[in-house]
Amino acid sequence: MTTNWIDVLLWGVLPYVMVVVLVGGTIWRYRYDRFGWTTRSSELHESRLLRIGSPLFHFGLLVVIVGHVIGLVIPASWTAAVGVTQEAYHVQALVLGGIAGFSTLAGIAILIYRRRTTGPVFSATTRNDKVMYVVLVAAIVAGLATTLLGAAGGEGHDYRASVSPWFRSLFVLQPDIASMAAASTGFHVHTLIGMALFVIWPFTRLVHAFTAPLQYLFRPYIVYRSRAGGPAARPARRGWERV
Amino acid sequence: MRVMAQIGMVMNLDKCIGCHTCSVTCKQAWTNRGGVEYVWFNNVETRPGQGYPRRYADQERWRGGWVRNRRGRLQLRAGGRWRKLATIFANPVLPHISDYYEPWTYDYETLTEAPLGDDFPVAQPRSLLTGEPMQVEWSANWDDDLGGGPEVGAQDPVVEKLRRESEDAVKLDYERAFMFFLPRICEHCLNPSCVASCPSGAMYKRAEDGIVLVDQDQCRGWRMCVTGCPYKKVYFNHRTGKAEKCTFCYPRVEVGLPTVCSETCVGRLRYIGLFLYDVDRVGEAAAVPDEQDLYEAQLDILLDPADPDVVRAARREGIPEDWIAAAQRSPVYKLAKEYRVALPLHPEFRTMPMVWYVPPLSPVVDRLTETGHDGESAANLFGAVDALRIPVEYLAELFTAGDPEPVRDVLNTLAAMRAFMRDVTLGREVDESIPAAVGMDGAQIMEMYRLLAIAKYDERYVIPTAYEGEAHQLEELACSLDFEGGPGMGGEGPDGGPPFGEASGRPVPVSVETFHALADRQTADDFGDTESRRGRVNLLNWDGRGRPEGLFPPRRTAAERARDGNGSPPPDDGDGPAGDAR
Repeated sequence: MTTNWIDVLLWGVLPYVMVVVLVGGTIWRYRYDRFGWTTRSSELHESRLLRIGSPLFHFGLLVVIVGHVIGLVIPASWTAAVGVTQEAYHVQALVLGGIAGFSTLAGIAILIYRRRTTGPVFSATTRNDKVMYVVLVAAIVAGLATTLLGAAGGEGHDYRASVSPWFRSLFVLQPDIASMAAASTGFHVHTLIGMALFVIWPFTRLVHAFTAPLQYLFRPYIVYRSRAGGPAARPARRGWERV
Repeated sequence: MRVMAQIGMVMNLDKCIGCHTCSVTCKQAWTNRGGVEYVWFNNVETRPGQGYPRRYADQERWRGGWVRNRRGRLQLRAGGRWRKLATIFANPVLPHISDYYEPWTYDYETLTEAPLGDDFPVAQPRSLLTGEPMQVEWSANWDDDLGGGPEVGAQDPVVEKLRRESEDAVKLDYERAFMFFLPRICEHCLNPSCVASCPSGAMYKRAEDGIVLVDQDQCRGWRMCVTGCPYKKVYFNHRTGKAEKCTFCYPRVEVGLPTVCSETCVGRLRYIGLFLYDVDRVGEAAAVPDEQDLYEAQLDILLDPADPDVVRAARREGIPEDWIAAAQRSPVYKLAKEYRVALPLHPEFRTMPMVWYVPPLSPVVDRLTETGHDGESAANLFGAVDALRIPVEYLAELFTAGDPEPVRDVLNTLAAMRAFMRDVTLGREVDESIPAAVGMDGAQIMEMYRLLAIAKYDERYVIPTAYEGEAHQLEELACSLDFEGGPGMGGEGPDGGPPFGEASGRPVPVSVETFHALADRQTADDFGDTESRRGRVNLLNWDGRGRPEGLFPPRRTAAERARDGNGSPPPDDGDGPAGDAR
């Protein structure tokens, strides 16, 4: 199969552009906007729906992420080697992935409904948030649709033979463009939306995921910090040098 | 013993008239921004009353503070680390905005912009959250001065608890009602459960003065601190998505000024000073089995700053001398531990709060006088403490986890001070048996009287500054000898300068540079040396003698000026800077 320039652009160039923006953007945001790095929770305004929707969405998403990692990173030959047949793998992926995907979708539906109908929450929603929600929902819907349509179509398109090799090949800087190009349109759409999500990630409230507070499990309860020296020790900021 | 210093506050409730000046000035200073419209770092509650946010003291519902588990160890009431992370996507016990109140403003523009008509224009209340017209139903002090009467007052968690024990424990009907005011700020606890609850580690206790702060750059808005604080004194800024709280006005305290709430208190009822405490024993003291022992346990870890052992230990920990001296003069230590008239608020939350309260005694004297007794005689006063209009049991629920004895002792001490001072004021012979009855002597009573009644500014606020303690780090006292032959050694370093050119390396302190430049000039034979940059003239220490080389840039010749094409040269009057002025 020959590769045309569109495939090269989409599956050979775009992923690296995405990584550069994701990593560079995150570093930039962390350096210059640490104050804006927050969940911007709206639980203060409304908690009844949030307490159903938010855990549903987040826990669903965690399972989905684990599913993606397993599906993309672990080669089919490895699972076969430990005695999991192709069919068994697909059934469990479909069942677990379907449940998790639906939870995620239901969760975000509840959250968006809540955001639209609760006055203070809606007025705290920025344009940035709205764009992010569109891309996020599109990614979830496209992913879920691909999974279900694949299953409904009987055999289903085996992404472990097309998308996964391409994904792994990206890390060794030799993108297997041909195998990704051979995947079905559903996977193409889902992958493109996914990349769009990662591109806008550093510039939205999604950054809070990068600072998931796992260190909380290991630190002492009470934190002491020393006052950093006092004004004499503080470096003067630009424009505020001492006269 | 590991000594740490803690800045603390005492409020004398006998003097609080509930004017809310502290709240208003605090709000103007700290929370007059969007996102914290509903936030009062300092608020004044009428007791009995629900408080702000409503019924915050009911930990069955709000799950703040610590509890002692079966193994005798402290754990967060709202759950430990794993539970925190498991519920991080939706905190199950976060107060709703309506538990505080929905902030509002008025549509003032209508008053001037309304078209001419038969109806008088009205400024409608509008929500500050949505901008929509709203019905105002509650605020930070809606039940001020017992507003709402017995219906609202009966929902005070303390009243509820006392009534469960005895139906007529607290009277709220008009004839027998009582009230007093309770100003509240962050307690800056020794064992802060908000800090322990913060998953990000953004909240911390300052090692030098124990002030509890939120690092705004590190806070990620997980909201666990709001639940963790049993006093509900950490607030969520709904606009920035970050937690905010009372800072003990640290920028003021660092330079020796009292907090805004203290400075503006018209009753002059607040005291600020240092405690020295043994940080190694905090955990053990906070975990004593019986809640009613917590007050004593808390007093127990406060160290006597006059004790030479304590002073030695404090020096070992690097606590500066002026801080130790301030601790020895500390009004809060005197009121809390020496005179034992100040009590912690809700010690049963096991956070070791560091804002203490002198419980209110009045209006006992008037009541006694009304009944035909001598209202200021010690014998009558001591007997009357249990018959006070403000029930001792109520105060005990606030200040000593329900143990009435310490409250009775405090009220007796205050009563003894009144009786003793009456004799002093009237010039009668003083009765040493009065102070003796409360375990004090006349001199101590006089000192306490001075602190509580005269309450001079510099005795109420004994605040060591942050900088005297760090003076040894200030550049004026340090001689920078960064490298061999460096400026501090009178040279310019190897190869005539710092390693990577003039701007590299650490800056030479101005004082060092000035000292050497002046010394050079005073000992030199001529007015400066053009060969070395040391010869450049620093106008700050130019003594005005002569015209040293380097004061002005080299004079250009007429030929050079013509070559630059500057047109006709300015008239040159020879000597002096005026000729070179451009």
